[in-house]
Amino acid sequence: MLSFLIRRLATFIPTFIGVTIIAFAFIRLLPGDPILLLAGERGVSPERYEQLRQQFGFDQPMWKQYLDYVAGIFQGDLGISFSTKRPVLDEFLTLFPATVELALCAIILATLIGIPAGVIAAVNRGKFFDQALMSSALVGYSMPIFWWALLLIIVFSGTLGWTPVSGRIGLQYFFDTPTGFMLIDSLLSGQSGAFRSAVSHLILPTVALATIPLAVIARQTRSAMLEVLGEDYVRTARAKGMSPMRVNGVHALRNALIPVITVIGLSVGTLLAGAILTETIFSWPGIGKWMVDSIFRRDYQVVQGGLLLIALVVMIVNLIVDVLYGLINPKIRKG
Amino acid sequence: MKKFLAISVSAMLLGSAASAANLVYCSEGSPEGFDPALYTSGTTFDASARNIYDRLVHFKHGETEIEPGLAESWDISDDGLEYTFHLRPGVKFHSTDYFTPTRDLNADDVIFSFQRQGDAEGEYHSMTPASSYEYYNSMSMPDLISSIEKVDDLTVKFVLTRPEAPMLANLAMSFASILSKEYADQLIAAGTPEMLNQQPIGTGPFKFTAYQKDAVIRYARNDDYWREPAAIENLIFAITPDASVRYQKLKAGECHVMPYPNPADLEAMKADENINVVSREGLNVGYLAYNTKVAPFDNPEVRKALNMAMDKQAIVDGIFQGAGSVAKNPIPPTMWSYNDAIVDDPYDPEAAKAALEAAGVTDLSMKVWAMPVQRPYNPNARRMAEMIQADFAKVGVNVEIVSYEWGEYLERSKAEDRDGAVLLGWTGDNGDPDNFLAVLLGCDGVGDANRAQWCNEDFNKLIQDAKVESDQAERTKLYEQAQVVFKEQAPWATIAHSVVNEPISTKVQGYKIDPFGGHVFYGVSLTE
Repeated sequence: MLSFLIRRLATFIPTFIGVTIIAFAFIRLLPGDPILLLAGERGVSPERYEQLRQQFGFDQPMWKQYLDYVAGIFQGDLGISFSTKRPVLDEFLTLFPATVELALCAIILATLIGIPAGVIAAVNRGKFFDQALMSSALVGYSMPIFWWALLLIIVFSGTLGWTPVSGRIGLQYFFDTPTGFMLIDSLLSGQSGAFRSAVSHLILPTVALATIPLAVIARQTRSAMLEVLGEDYVRTARAKGMSPMRVNGVHALRNALIPVITVIGLSVGTLLAGAILTETIFSWPGIGKWMVDSIFRRDYQVVQGGLLLIALVVMIVNLIVDVLYGLINPKIRKG
Repeated sequence: MKKFLAISVSAMLLGSAASAANLVYCSEGSPEGFDPALYTSGTTFDASARNIYDRLVHFKHGETEIEPGLAESWDISDDGLEYTFHLRPGVKFHSTDYFTPTRDLNADDVIFSFQRQGDAEGEYHSMTPASSYEYYNSMSMPDLISSIEKVDDLTVKFVLTRPEAPMLANLAMSFASILSKEYADQLIAAGTPEMLNQQPIGTGPFKFTAYQKDAVIRYARNDDYWREPAAIENLIFAITPDASVRYQKLKAGECHVMPYPNPADLEAMKADENINVVSREGLNVGYLAYNTKVAPFDNPEVRKALNMAMDKQAIVDGIFQGAGSVAKNPIPPTMWSYNDAIVDDPYDPEAAKAALEAAGVTDLSMKVWAMPVQRPYNPNARRMAEMIQADFAKVGVNVEIVSYEWGEYLERSKAEDRDGAVLLGWTGDNGDPDNFLAVLLGCDGVGDANRAQWCNEDFNKLIQDAKVESDQAERTKLYEQAQVVFKEQAPWATIAHSVVNEPISTKVQGYKIDPFGGHVFYGVSLTE
């Protein structure tokens, strides 16, 4: 197990170097000069333009800028945002818990519904439930999130008035947020009703964000189950007279779960990397919208620092998935 | 406490966070920081300058005219070079849990607020890392201000390098907000100079309480305000980037005022009995600038003929969807000196065709540049260019539409030998006509902000005279005359002014649309 971990960790190094190069190059390859964009219609005089280029270090040769960036990383300095003038790392740490909270809720919801739904569909293959489920999964997978999220708001907040429209908690609640996770901070605050308010604000964005992973997990579970259900050991178990519940739920599901876990792990990575549309619509202060705004402003430091941090998180999540995978299926560890 | 709980629970059940003393504004984006001198965006000014800070002079609530602010009065020397401001005594800076002032506002604060922007060597210039003072620079303050002197504790004298009548209006702009020198010194001593941009201290009607990034900004009323304290006790900005969601929040009572509605929602908003839609022309203009240095566009008759070929009403109806009005002058109607006597070129394709033939222009092909971004003065430049293309085709002019990435577009369109007419626009900075007419159409701007590359002696003399004239009635006459020359010469097709629509809850009283596009909550109250 240890050597497996070390091998996996070793692959971090080239990946990390690759990410720094891509993050650095990506934002600079986009057309658009940050100083001209900052100045807009008002324009900037050639002398002032030169001054600003020097101040922000854009006059340095590319390789020098890259080396400064890498040197900064090793000192834990990801630079300062061109726009807010605050350290990139601080901003990331402020915003990231909101993204994690939403992503975890979404993936839990997607798993809790997706796996049982996939199992039931597989067991009832070709019957009405299976067909209904698979077509709704297809709809869920191909739904434009922007439209779906707005629809949820209009129906559940606007018409029915069951949930708040957007934000993380009711504005009447005002307390420190030491962890950044609103569910925890609202409990810590001791303010009555705060936790309930935080939960009610989480419902719609969780549903919106869970939709695609839910569809993917249900489909994956179904096909993995179908494969396993045709295996000899399942037939043997049935022949022994075990209850269908036990056959499907224990023997088949445990083996079918392996590919499903991979899918769940990949989904977590994707959700953490930024649920941009969901965050924008629900005014959710996470990193997705932060990254997009920074790309539009050509805020070099934020884009290259933010991409690096997100890549790091995704790599760690993938590592955890690999380890889990190895624990469930020892064959992987040796391979 | 019990009462508070009861209120909060029922408020939650109703999906509302509003009580009579708390006004919630669903703002469209996050402020970049809270030091207005560092930024140029309206979103940042709303969160800082317009509600936290004051300036020496103010724009009248909802107007473009100047009134006394932190300066009670001022004298301008006869040569127009010296402005002496007499500060209001007894003005208090905000007392918060991070700063308690020991003295009232004085001349040192005023000098500090400007010198930190202009003096690159001074210790205050780079209190905030990576700082630059773009508005101060783009309003030419470094060239304009020769010195700022303290006459006594409550008297400050600005000495200019040349007479410049718009100076007063410049001092009412957000970048000219007055900050506390005492606070800055205290931050430097504490080793946290960057807090100047994160925990602001001003003299304005609201004081900063807290900012949760990208989510909520909270302000409390400044009870020591030098004017009548604000009617609202707590001002809350709920940051809501999506316009449809802002509308849903307004409907659900989660906020009272929202900016930038989707034009498509306006009808439903107007029909809603709990919502008032207030409207006003914005301080901007969208135009098509011909290159007056390139034939045949160097002939005013050709330019006027093309203007007649353009169905501006159809363009405004199609593209602005109720959020725009047809422009006939290069300055918007909310600005003083707007010449309403001017008659716009009529839409008349037949006459346009005849005029082109009379000018000897046949088989004309031209380029029209379409901006790649949305702006209030032009929400869809591509579509606008297509409509112009169709209109011009009717008079036998063939149009090719071109576009570039925004930064590139702005740079390339400055070139004096540019091929084609450019769609662009301008939003006013200080409410002074000079800020439109001299910047966009003066001879100095050729090869730069003057996209028509138009240098007309009569026009230029009028605006130069107006710039050094300090009597406003005289200036008004000169600018009215300049607009007549502009219309005769037609360097642009003036297309549209945006109409700002702001849906507000019917509980909100006294809210006025700021002509500068800002959102100001002093003077606003709520009814139950």
